[in-house]
Amino acid sequence: MTMTEVRPNTVIGTRLLRREDPALLTGEAKFTNDLNIPGALHLAVLRSPHAHAKIKSINTKAATALPGVVAVYTGADLKSMWAGPMPCAWPVTADMKAPQHFPLAIDTVNYVGDGVAAILATSETASRDALDLIEVEYEVLKPVVDLEEAMTDNVIVHDELGTNKSYTWNLKIEATEGCVEEAFANAAFTVSERYVQQRLLPMAMETRAVAAVPQPFGGDITIYSSTQIPHILKVMTALTIGIPEHQVRVIAPSVGGGFGSKLNVYAEELLCVGLARKHNVPVRWVEERSENAQATIHGRGQVQYIELAADKNGKLTAVRVRIIGDMGAYLQLVTPGIPLLGAFLYAGVYDIPHAYDFSCTGVFTTLTPTDAYRGAGRPEATYAIETAMDALARKMGIDPFDLRKRNFIQKEQFPYTAFSGLTYDSGNHLAAAEKAADMADYAAVRSRQAIQNVPSATKRLGIGMTSYFEMCGLAPSRVLASLNYGAGGWEAATVRILPTAKVQVVTGTSPHGQGHETSWAMIASEKLGIPAEDIDVLHSDTAIAPLGLDTYGSRSLPVGGVAIAGACDKVIDKAKLIAAHQLECSAEDLEFAGGVFSVKGSPDRNMPLAAIAFQAFTAHNLPDGLEPNLEAQYTYDPPNFSWPFGTHICVLEIDIETGQVEILKYVAVDDCGVQINPLIVEGQVHGGIIQGLAQALFEEAIYDEDGNLKTSTLAEYLVPAASDVPSLTTDFTVTPSPTNQLGVKGIGEAGTIGAASTVMNAVIDALSGLGVTHMDMPASPHHVWLAIKAASSAS
Amino acid sequence: MKINITVNGTSHDGEVEPRTLLVHYLREHLALTGTNIGCDTSSCGACTVHLNGESVKSCTILAVQADGTKIVTIEGLSKDGEMHPMQQAFMENHGLQCGYCTPGMVMAAIGLLNENPNPTESDVRQGLEGNLCRCTGYHNIVKSVLAAANK
Repeated sequence: MTMTEVRPNTVIGTRLLRREDPALLTGEAKFTNDLNIPGALHLAVLRSPHAHAKIKSINTKAATALPGVVAVYTGADLKSMWAGPMPCAWPVTADMKAPQHFPLAIDTVNYVGDGVAAILATSETASRDALDLIEVEYEVLKPVVDLEEAMTDNVIVHDELGTNKSYTWNLKIEATEGCVEEAFANAAFTVSERYVQQRLLPMAMETRAVAAVPQPFGGDITIYSSTQIPHILKVMTALTIGIPEHQVRVIAPSVGGGFGSKLNVYAEELLCVGLARKHNVPVRWVEERSENAQATIHGRGQVQYIELAADKNGKLTAVRVRIIGDMGAYLQLVTPGIPLLGAFLYAGVYDIPHAYDFSCTGVFTTLTPTDAYRGAGRPEATYAIETAMDALARKMGIDPFDLRKRNFIQKEQFPYTAFSGLTYDSGNHLAAAEKAADMADYAAVRSRQAIQNVPSATKRLGIGMTSYFEMCGLAPSRVLASLNYGAGGWEAATVRILPTAKVQVVTGTSPHGQGHETSWAMIASEKLGIPAEDIDVLHSDTAIAPLGLDTYGSRSLPVGGVAIAGACDKVIDKAKLIAAHQLECSAEDLEFAGGVFSVKGSPDRNMPLAAIAFQAFTAHNLPDGLEPNLEAQYTYDPPNFSWPFGTHICVLEIDIETGQVEILKYVAVDDCGVQINPLIVEGQVHGGIIQGLAQALFEEAIYDEDGNLKTSTLAEYLVPAASDVPSLTTDFTVTPSPTNQLGVKGIGEAGTIGAASTVMNAVIDALSGLGVTHMDMPASPHHVWLAIKAASSAS
Repeated sequence: MKINITVNGTSHDGEVEPRTLLVHYLREHLALTGTNIGCDTSSCGACTVHLNGESVKSCTILAVQADGTKIVTIEGLSKDGEMHPMQQAFMENHGLQCGYCTPGMVMAAIGLLNENPNPTESDVRQGLEGNLCRCTGYHNIVKSVLAAANK
């Protein structure tokens, strides 16, 4: 490991096994649909079979008559139940166009899966049986399936908006006016590429589930939801239904994966709450997998045009990007902002002048709404710049690694103020890339390739790389304000030392597989000198952890974890006053290490934190005016994003007769600064890589021309199995972040951000001898065959 | 219809609708919610249990078809407060993250080692192809199963 700073950590950096595991491994853990909720009615949602249609009439008579059915509602029936439409918290421009979106469609359906009617029944089976008995008469309208067709406005999704264009957001940064144009005019080399980021289905293994439990008196309601965002859900539910916020409690029980798809406020959550209040009984709902494919948000969905200008040495002189972002039928919680999260990253890890021209237009289609999916905007950006870099290297006739070396931001340049005005906190791209190249035996693979890929070769070797930056740790609140985001980016923590010196850490983050309970206890243990097993971590219940902004955007550690460290500092500061009082010295004379305060120079005059905790509890002998108890709350607003980085390299072989891609080696060198628990960090990297690799090789939400999703089950949508993917070779460099006291950066999305372009660069590299210069993802046997055919007919 | 199934060593007499799937019987009639449901096409394997000692996806059989059989679910693996060696191996090798696929994955992995006590990495990957995981990328799951085999 490259250590630029040695920290005297004892707990941080160890591979502590996860405390979450025993409950999950024995079946004790309760996911939302495992909860026993006596008397609950079951919700089922009738969904539109058409991508675009007017609702002419709905006949609910037969469904209502079915035994077990309690009520059937249409969108029109429930209109008065909503205080406002479903929320979009990120109006990216002042003139952004947004259709009104209600939990059930009122007169027009806009995608296959759009909710049309809600059934409440005494059993799940009865609720689903009743779905078949509702008769809906539709007037079918033309669908809008293709993004570039949507841009023409030939068919408009939402008549009332008059256009399919929701917004255009520009980021043009020029040292002197017109310098981007000049750079392209004067460039020795340019490339101009078009990439399609196919829609992906997040496919968390646990589908969504909700239960809303009203109190019989007083109007309070508890919402259990498989969500990443209990705090945001609480506020948004209160606003959308018009319930006083203090009467809403949200609990996220065990949550079976999210990947961004549970970073949302969904129709079914609002329906359960609204109908539970209306009927004054609990209402629950669980999503079927095919519903999940249609009614949970999709990821990606962009057409990208990227142009690079470079001088004769390959040094980048300008970057120009045009994006069409597929919003789908409606704007969900942060739909329009997703492309913006990548907007700053289309120059990748390269030192470019102030010559950057980015523009994104968000358009409506009659497809499932898109929103955050692991990486959210950043995998798309990284894919575009990193595959375009390979295209540039091919054009120049140089090795793509060499081209990258000529353009990397050098380690001496950090902290590096980029063209965008953002400051990259720390990095050493060359070190990570060279380490990855060594691990992948880069030079040897190139030599082998020269021998293997002769014109007659049917098995072709390819090697591809990606060097990435992840802009994560969302986020400095003021930066979010400048992007028009509707909330801040802080995170809150409370640290409470109980009378017996056991500790409660309360966090506003909301884990769904990331092991926060383990890692957060390690942070508090390191700070307080109290063993991790004596520290409990409380989360994901707005009554227990009332302040928080939840888990997404690789923010939990660099924002939430740092908040915990800050709360520990406040507790230590207070404990120090008590120690000074009882040891009869001044607080400045005390030092704190290993959980013990001692007088500098006289270590035998000391008092452990455990003893102080009891003193703070009895309050018999505290300094005048000091409040009893040891508890502190701290809210941390990060001064900067965190900027993890790294290099991934993939070596693969393609059988050009079958189109089959076989990965021989996948190497990742990631740098997320200081690692709290390397075991968990590695797990995040592994999972992230396979999700990115799956975009490159397997996954694609396929629609037919009528707007029907043809991949709505796990039999059709190819989430890879163990047998489809390789073992991974991972290692790390450690470049601490200077912007927070732990030196940490996020790691939840890094693998996904690096992987897709790494694999696709290797695929193109393998086939470049056949004249292949481009292939749309996924590199399925069919796409491989098409690309080879296109190349051979072009030559 | 009346059925009798021995689940985790306890005999249960039950009355089910003919269309009740075994997984629903376990979850709803016996409150054994450790067995999860992840799909509706028998693709994901989250509901894997052992039926007369063999791994089966409990969404692929009806409760009435399991009449007279012995079922073991994830809740039935620990003995005397100790986790099964496979559960321990998953914990020690970080073979789980969100934990939703985990019960099915552990049951499938035990079934795999019952059939092939000394698998290669490739055997493990092939043997678990009916069980999907979205979090781990399988790397540490494979490691866990190989570690359990070597115990």
